[in-house]
Amino acid sequence: MNFDDWLLWGFVGTVVLSVVVAAGQGFGLTRMNLPYLLGTMFTPDRDRAKLVGVGCHFLSGWAFALLYLAVFHSLGRATWWLGALAGVVHAAFVLAVGMPLLPALHPRMANEQHGPTVVRQLEPPGFLALHYGVGTPVAVLVAHMAFGAILGAFCDIDLR
Amino acid sequence: MTEAAPKIQDYAVIGNGRSAALVSRGGSIDWLCWPRFDSPSLFGALLDPRTGGSWGIAPALPAEVGRRYLDGTNVLETRFRTATGAATLTDFMTAVSEEDKRRLLLPEHELVRRAVCEEGEVELVVRFDPRPDYGRARARIRDAGALGLRIDMGSWLVALHGRAAFMPAEGGGVAARVRLRAGEAVAFALTFSAEAPGVVPHLGDAAGEKLALTAGWWRRWAARARYDGPHRDAVVRSALVLKLMSYAPSGAIVAAPTTSLPERAGGDLNWDYRFCWLRDAAFTARALFGLGYEEEAEAFCSWLLHATRLTRPELRVIYDVFGETVPRESDLPHLGGYGGSRPVRTGNGARGQVQLDVYGEVVEAVTHFAGRGRPLDRDTQAMLRHYGEYVCRHWEEPDNGIWEPRGERRHFTHSKLLCWVALDRLLALHRDGRVRGIPAARFAENRDRIRRDIEERGWNPKLECYTQVLGGETLDASVLQMAFLGFAGASSERMRQTYRRVVERLGAGPGLVYRYEQSLGGREGAFAMCSFWLADFLARGGGSEDEARESFASTLRYANDLGLFAEEIDPDTGEALGNFPQAFTHVGLINAALSLEERERRDCGRLTVAAAGGRPQAVREVRP
Repeated sequence: MNFDDWLLWGFVGTVVLSVVVAAGQGFGLTRMNLPYLLGTMFTPDRDRAKLVGVGCHFLSGWAFALLYLAVFHSLGRATWWLGALAGVVHAAFVLAVGMPLLPALHPRMANEQHGPTVVRQLEPPGFLALHYGVGTPVAVLVAHMAFGAILGAFCDIDLR
Repeated sequence: MTEAAPKIQDYAVIGNGRSAALVSRGGSIDWLCWPRFDSPSLFGALLDPRTGGSWGIAPALPAEVGRRYLDGTNVLETRFRTATGAATLTDFMTAVSEEDKRRLLLPEHELVRRAVCEEGEVELVVRFDPRPDYGRARARIRDAGALGLRIDMGSWLVALHGRAAFMPAEGGGVAARVRLRAGEAVAFALTFSAEAPGVVPHLGDAAGEKLALTAGWWRRWAARARYDGPHRDAVVRSALVLKLMSYAPSGAIVAAPTTSLPERAGGDLNWDYRFCWLRDAAFTARALFGLGYEEEAEAFCSWLLHATRLTRPELRVIYDVFGETVPRESDLPHLGGYGGSRPVRTGNGARGQVQLDVYGEVVEAVTHFAGRGRPLDRDTQAMLRHYGEYVCRHWEEPDNGIWEPRGERRHFTHSKLLCWVALDRLLALHRDGRVRGIPAARFAENRDRIRRDIEERGWNPKLECYTQVLGGETLDASVLQMAFLGFAGASSERMRQTYRRVVERLGAGPGLVYRYEQSLGGREGAFAMCSFWLADFLARGGGSEDEARESFASTLRYANDLGLFAEEIDPDTGEALGNFPQAFTHVGLINAALSLEERERRDCGRLTVAAAGGRPQAVREVRP
């Protein structure tokens, strides 16, 4: 595996993923804001949370890029469409399993069994993160496909 | 055992901050939607006794019935006295702290019913007849022995637990007879699970423990109410009702837990209120902050900011509890409707309306929030700025107005008033450095133009009052909000004249008013929220303290025996009309009481100053 490729294209992939989700917000498709969700694990301050969250997001982007590269290695090839396919699996896992689990991991997130005690917390994303807008699954899917496609297209997996 | 169909005011409400059920005076649960307020009903006899389904527990013999909420709780106690004995039925949805939830494995939703025989002997008839999906789906009840009666609804499971020999009942469902002697008790728990496997609840002594935990939770919550004015019991009851209407996972507050209870007996003014109206935001924020329920108020404001994110800078009129668009309005033709009032509707057609007042309501609510020293992050500041710009661009356009009539759009005075509020509050937030970067000169110019428009065209010199629409001849109680929102002092000549005219033309008896003149010929009831506005207006300087107290007490008399209000009141019979219980009415009650409390404190302070030989202060307008 080429270390420089992993760093560079993991970074680029995460940037593109973030841009796609942010565009989804801008077009009124979703309220999903990954840096904000991650950042509020560490601080309740909304502005600070976004900053902290961006840092966390890139770290997790690199971590996931490693997984993608491991997949490419095991399959012995790396192409944009294989990366996009891995992105579909990744997005499906995030939406169907990760998001419903998030309230159990996130210290400032309510769950759907929460109440009647109210504390000022983030709303739970629900199955497929539909509570953050019905367009959320689409935005998350497209973003992860783009992430995978970039890694698949540009990473040199060095199969010697 | 037969009983007449319950009136709307014959119902009580119980809940757990995520869903609510209506229990009739006769011990029948006639309305329950799980898992959310706006989910299809499991019991819907409220809207059709034959098709909707219900869960009754009542003596086999005719009984005298009395009921109450346990003090400071949403736990309902119904007492039956028959010729052979007396029994008490206690109904509640388990509501415990998050710490207790971590300690105990509880079902996702649980409704507990516990009957205790206090004297003699009482035979109870338990009739369990669930009809999922508003009665459209057939409930296959499977007896799983110790695991209870189970109804599989796709991946969801509803189960009834409790010791009774259930047999298939004529007309549907199952029924059992339970004979209790003095000192004996029987408990049932209905549970809901969306995540398999479901939790089997403990009953017997455990039901008593759950009751103690639930009552304790509600009492601790109710004790936090910061209110020392008149009618404290009614105010605390209203706070408890408001809490039942709140959806804890998101902080949203629904207008009512029911759909299609008629605003006109036998008529077609039947709407689905199981959603969240932005229109109620400012009043709700003031009521919650005013009573000291800061967490609930902050959660509500948080929901408000989150829910409106997808459509900003445009705002919808209604959102669901997670900020999604509410479903399109549709009829349920298989349901006969409450008292034959059809159609029964789900979803709400007002979702597509334009109501310019919502901008003022949201900005005002955020102002309450910011006024407590909360910082506004950059996103929120930008959002508020965009609302102000939207108002500047659109305030001169007609809209559907606060009462959501389904006709053509008009220039409602109330909508212009709230546009003025939006700009006025944004300029104040800008002055305080809370919102940066707003075009202050443009906002100020538009705000002043709106004021001029209202004063020149919203005021009818012939009628000597503010009117429903600019240049109009008809009256609308919503213009009384000018005092609440600081547009005009309640003691100003114009407001006093307007108040007199509203009472004269819209009055429906002591402490009651219709919301607008269009109500007069349509058999619509007096509007409970507007009726509390009368007392609020008087308390804010529109009248004397005694007048305000009297008006408040007059309206309070129309609560049911448990202190609950619907949306409207039939002035002739005093009966409740419309969805029940109605959060907006209880918010109006709380706000009027808070104004009364402040008036008392102010008058008391003035008397103290005068008694000490000092000069009394001029009466200051109370700002929300």
